[in-house]
Amino acid sequence: MKFGIMVNEGPYTHEASDTAYLFAKAALEKGHQIHRIFFYHDGVNNSTKLTEPPQDDRNIVARWTKLAADYKIDLVVCVAAALRRGIRDENLAEGFRISGLGQLIESGIQADRLVVFGD
Amino acid sequence: MNETTGGVEMDEEVSGVVKKFLYVNRKAPYGTIYALESLEVVLIAAAFDQDVSLVFMDDGVYQLAKGQHTKSINVKNFSPTYRALEGYDIEKLYVEKESMDARGLTAADLIVPVTMLSTAEMADLMESQDVVLSF
Repeated sequence: MKFGIMVNEGPYTHEASDTAYLFAKAALEKGHQIHRIFFYHDGVNNSTKLTEPPQDDRNIVARWTKLAADYKIDLVVCVAAALRRGIRDENLAEGFRISGLGQLIESGIQADRLVVFGD
Repeated sequence: MNETTGGVEMDEEVSGVVKKFLYVNRKAPYGTIYALESLEVVLIAAAFDQDVSLVFMDDGVYQLAKGQHTKSINVKNFSPTYRALEGYDIEKLYVEKESMDARGLTAADLIVPVTMLSTAEMADLMESQDVVLSF
């Protein structure tokens, strides 16, 4: 099955991005496809390379970057939501790109299922 | 980047496919940004010629309430935008009756015409959709 994924909450504060990551990883390992992962609302904070969690904690941003590299996943950060929250190309982690909300709608059209992770 | 379609070049793959998109609004208009950013998605979605419906339930029914005065909290009153949705061919607006009743609201308290659905009817509406986005 081809999935689209939407992440609506920031890392660490909320479990949504962890759940989205674990879902994506499990789906890929089962042989499903991920069309795109779209970050919206505070979810855009998943994409800043300035994130520096304590050594003994998971690095949520680096984890997305690795997932994108391992499985060639398109990680898209909403431009309007990103600019509001100080996310720009300069501090964008590897594997992410900034684009518009149309990428989300397109994902809804092209994927078999669009799964939303958030409150 | 194409501004109207939010960064997507309309191509053969996207054009021609019409899916049923449902936007579920469950939160109060101010206090969190969900309602405003949901509306931004809906406005972009309009450019894609999809079959769009909006649902307002739980505190989300307050998004359509008349008489929103936001000056003293320093945020923009974006409720007039709901009245403009008709111009984008977004005309299917549903509110959950139970949510309205619990908050003492009636259709006369809302800024736009809506269809009132019971919780059970709402479940049927959701079941009939291809894509459900919850905010």
